[in-house]
Amino acid sequence: MAERKKTTILVIGGKKLNKEGEKIMTSPEECEALRKAFSGTHGVEEKSMLEILVKCNPADLTTFRKKSPYIFLDDECCFEKWDPFHMKSLEIEFLRFQRAVIQQTMHPWERDALLVRKSLEEKPPLYNLLIELACTRTSDEFLGARKAFQCLYSESVEEFVAVRVEGFQRRLLVALVSTYRYEGMRIDEAAIELECQKLGRAIKTDKKNEIENDDEVLRILTTRSKHYLKTIHKCYKKNYDSNLDEDLDDIQMLRDTVNCLCAPPIYFSKILVAAMSVCPTEQEKEALTRVIVTRTDVDMKDIAEEFNRKFGAPLIERIEATALGNYRDFLVALVKRGMAN
Amino acid sequence: MATHSVAEDCEQLRKAFAGWGTNEGLIISILAHRSSAQIKLIRETYAQTYGEDLLKDLDKELSSDFERVVVLWALDPAERDAFLANEATKRWTSSNQVLVEITCTRTSDQLLLAKQAYHARFKRSLEEDVAYRSSGDFRKLLVPLASTYRYEGDEVNMTLAKSEAKILHEKISEKAYNHEDVIRILSTRGKAQINATLNHYKNEFGNDINKDLKTDPKDEFLAVLRATVKCLTRPEKYFEKVLRLAINKRGTDEGALTRVVTTRAEIDMKIIKEEYHKRNSVTLDHAIGKDTTGDYEKMLLALICHGDA
Repeated sequence: MAERKKTTILVIGGKKLNKEGEKIMTSPEECEALRKAFSGTHGVEEKSMLEILVKCNPADLTTFRKKSPYIFLDDECCFEKWDPFHMKSLEIEFLRFQRAVIQQTMHPWERDALLVRKSLEEKPPLYNLLIELACTRTSDEFLGARKAFQCLYSESVEEFVAVRVEGFQRRLLVALVSTYRYEGMRIDEAAIELECQKLGRAIKTDKKNEIENDDEVLRILTTRSKHYLKTIHKCYKKNYDSNLDEDLDDIQMLRDTVNCLCAPPIYFSKILVAAMSVCPTEQEKEALTRVIVTRTDVDMKDIAEEFNRKFGAPLIERIEATALGNYRDFLVALVKRGMAN
Repeated sequence: MATHSVAEDCEQLRKAFAGWGTNEGLIISILAHRSSAQIKLIRETYAQTYGEDLLKDLDKELSSDFERVVVLWALDPAERDAFLANEATKRWTSSNQVLVEITCTRTSDQLLLAKQAYHARFKRSLEEDVAYRSSGDFRKLLVPLASTYRYEGDEVNMTLAKSEAKILHEKISEKAYNHEDVIRILSTRGKAQINATLNHYKNEFGNDINKDLKTDPKDEFLAVLRATVKCLTRPEKYFEKVLRLAINKRGTDEGALTRVVTTRAEIDMKIIKEEYHKRNSVTLDHAIGKDTTGDYEKMLLALICHGDA
């Protein structure tokens, strides 16, 4: 009997046979595509599953399982077992689109209240998420989130936060979630100059823990309006020829605070780069959904520009290369809409 | 209220300003008997009809203590709180008490409205001004008190009440009055929870917390802490004391008297009067009558009866 080659090109016809003499429906390329569909870091490729998987007969599936050592384990049992670790990851990846849809449709107040809760219930806690929520939302948007939080959890955001952190972190985070900043454009130029100098003196001369204990640094960052702080940022650049946020690099929380208040696109682009990096944590991956969903109608254009500058490639391109399936299409569509705004 | 009456009120008020003198009696008879919602309508109609701000006219025509009580009364409650808070940030010492009073006796939503009115009028936030004008321990306490949006539910967690009473007692015993946990409990917990905690404090440790906070009568920070506790738990007792001190003081503290009467007339003046009578064996009316005179006295007396049937 003539031995048929295992490698075949097309499926259609179905007359191929594998080594064991069984009919093969799928090509190696399709197997590879299917493997990819199951192995994404951001979502799953539903299309491959619908087109290829449905064609697989039992022989194909056996081949598929044997040829996918990262998905199926072929050692212990007398059959190729699903790697439980991979199965768990797949569950998360299948849900990624669902969670994006739910976040997108949720009232922003409820969404932010849930995120506040999550930020300190996760281990390790996500302080930057809390700072992001308190500082990138408008005063009234965050106030809405605080009201929603009370409805959902029967306690205030400030009680919740205060009891979970201490020292410098408590002073900063409680102040950030409590303050109700003036949102107008009126500023006092003379006061800005003075406060800029105060910040400069503290940052340029003091050690890290002294800056953390500096009441004036805390006061300026946690009570002044956003326009005021943006003006201080400019003033600082003029006076010291460096960026306020970069000079605070040692104290990540203060750096994030300054970025979130003065230049959210810089902060958000950083989050996006991390989310689509080589080995992101689940927290970092979730941030991809969060940033796209929450910023589409706010400053997506600026974030995309900043991302391009930081990463060296357009945001949409990066999402298309990193994410799969419906999840990918959903995000790309949102980014496109945001950029057209 | 029919628009007809609002128009009438405006006309009468306008008449009160007309001519040589001012008809203070007319002003009192109208404004003291209108709610803040009605006064808001009057102000709007007055502006539409005469092209002028009623408050500016009152300011022009009246003077001294009488003017202040009338103008403060005519302000919308949120604007009034914003104005008083701003005034307090500009002064020092006793201003701490006013800030505690405003931030702790108001409901969460009343304080929020005051902060919004503050943005609108002063183009800054209440927090920034309080922070800027205070320092040290006072800042550590007053800024969170000004910022908080307390949970207003009735539910109380008794386990938490016990543990937090213990923390408070510990810190107070160590004289660590400015400890971050003392501040945390007083500035973030809801009023119902704080009441439960302090009741437990008394049951467990024997004394009212304010008694334990009286170790140094000259310590200004302790005074502010005590005022905070009182405002959060027994505002009517707090206000009774302010009134009593204002009236008994040689010369009378009109500022405090005016402030309490105008800010509480629509809220809990009845309870405050009862408390006053209980504590002082004379009625508040009687005490005010003895200690003040003229139109100022008349306006105060009219306001403290404001809610009465």
